[in-house]
Amino acid sequence: MLSFILRRLLLLLPVLLLVSIISFSLFYLAPGDPAEILLTGPMGTADPVTVQEFRHKAGFDDPPQIQYLRWLSRAVRGDLGHSYITGERVLDAILHSFRSTLRLALASLIISFMISIPIGVLSAVKRGSMFDFLGMALALLGVSVPNFWLAYLLIIAFALRLDILPVAGYGLNGDFEHLILPAMTLGISAAAVTSRVMRTSMLEALSQDYILAARARGLHERSVVLGHALRNALLPVITVVGLNFTYLLNGSPVVETIFAWPGIGNLMTYSIYDRDYPVILGCMLFLAVLFLALNLLVDICYYYLNPRLRHEAEH
Amino acid sequence: MKLSTDPGCKLAILIIAGLVLGALLAGWIAPHDPEKALPELRLKSPDWEYPLGTDHLGRCIFSRMIFGIRMSLLIGVVVVLLSAILGIFLGGAAGYFGGVMDETIMRVVDAFLAFPSIFLALAVIGFLGSGLTNMMLSLILVEWTGYARLVRSIILSLKGKEFLEAALSLGASDQYILRRHLLPNVLPQVLVMATLGVGYAILGAASLSFLGLGVQPPTPEWGSMMNDGRPFVRTEPRMMIFPGIAITITVLAFNLLGEGLRERLDPRSSIKMDF
Repeated sequence: MLSFILRRLLLLLPVLLLVSIISFSLFYLAPGDPAEILLTGPMGTADPVTVQEFRHKAGFDDPPQIQYLRWLSRAVRGDLGHSYITGERVLDAILHSFRSTLRLALASLIISFMISIPIGVLSAVKRGSMFDFLGMALALLGVSVPNFWLAYLLIIAFALRLDILPVAGYGLNGDFEHLILPAMTLGISAAAVTSRVMRTSMLEALSQDYILAARARGLHERSVVLGHALRNALLPVITVVGLNFTYLLNGSPVVETIFAWPGIGNLMTYSIYDRDYPVILGCMLFLAVLFLALNLLVDICYYYLNPRLRHEAEH
Repeated sequence: MKLSTDPGCKLAILIIAGLVLGALLAGWIAPHDPEKALPELRLKSPDWEYPLGTDHLGRCIFSRMIFGIRMSLLIGVVVVLLSAILGIFLGGAAGYFGGVMDETIMRVVDAFLAFPSIFLALAVIGFLGSGLTNMMLSLILVEWTGYARLVRSIILSLKGKEFLEAALSLGASDQYILRRHLLPNVLPQVLVMATLGVGYAILGAASLSFLGLGVQPPTPEWGSMMNDGRPFVRTEPRMMIFPGIAITITVLAFNLLGEGLRERLDPRSSIKMDF
């Protein structure tokens, strides 16, 4: 087990290095001179001599590889620089907004599972029925609908016509009523993907010999499906949690912007509008590292929960 | 051909054919100039002259939707074509030559995959600037990794097969083997991925344009039309509803066709209906 984790960690190093190179290259290629941007205040542009002096002092005229190494050595210590606009530490801004995103993602995940597990299981059990057909047709429709459109349909229905939920906002501290619509938007989109995976995984489980054995022992269909098939079918769903999380994060820039939810997607979008390059760069690096860590965690869970893999590795 | 017996596929082909026709004949079908603003006619309700009404600048929404097909199909096809070419070259080289080349290329693929796709696209636009070209570049940087991984895995599965050994022992060059023996084996599955990819690219482009970072006004594009409609959602929800329907139908058609092709190619890996 330990050697498995160590091996995976070692494989991660070159990828992390490449991630940082890709991010920094994009940052370096951006038009505009950081020294000039930073010194441009309400009074207009600073005089060229001051800009040149500052450029030299801050190291913006060093060769790119030197700037990269300097940035990287700070980044590994958690220093992602400061925002051009607010002057806030980038890491603080990211961690702060990420908490809101996590809250939204968790709520969406629950909604997604509440929809997708019943649909996936029933579609598989009643394979070929009208329910199966409708369920999977809905899932296909779900992956084709743009989430920003879905968001506005929900706003039109629940906030404008029925007037039972707020259009957008965060409330004082991410209040429940503000959470519902964005979480529904993301949850429904994610459920479309998950229910298909759930169905496939359930079909796979139902075709196994132990199901035949359970039926042969005369067990109730309910306990065959729920006690035997579902328990095994849920294993691949762990991967789906990871997949879902990716899906939810990818939806966050659009959905958080629409609902004025102060998460990392919102932060990213507004940093782009403001050309706040250190924040964009910070978000990129933060999310990539988070994702690599998350994937590693999923793999370890998988490895731990699946005794067959463990045995293979030991022998 | 079995494809034509699948009702979902039939529907998809019909829709896509209709879209292509609409794109080609846009100038003919659209009753008005999609970019001509008539302020005195702003936010007009639908009538015979303006089938879907007008937007906040007095432009014909129906005409903008028809011309929007051109933009979406163009983006979808260009992005998929260039990502597939990039992926075939790099994935092919990694799978065929193996060794250091394989390690290097696949670690780069892993690094690109580490970024959540929309954030990578946003970062590219954030640093390089918004607009059609940079948006397409950003989508290509997101999509090429899928093709590279697919092509590499197919080539690895074919390594050591008799027909390759035969070609090698006859003295065929690497280039010849790659082109004549491996490419034909790779293309069918790439086609499936590409069909689904057109849908993803259109959806991605619409999201970015909706955020105001992709296609810039006044060029008609569905996502950017919905962005225009945001301030008027209370009074004129049709400005958002119609372009959304267009995006959904288009993406659905490419998804249906992609699923149909996948099923025809490899019935086992299909997640579609099996009765």
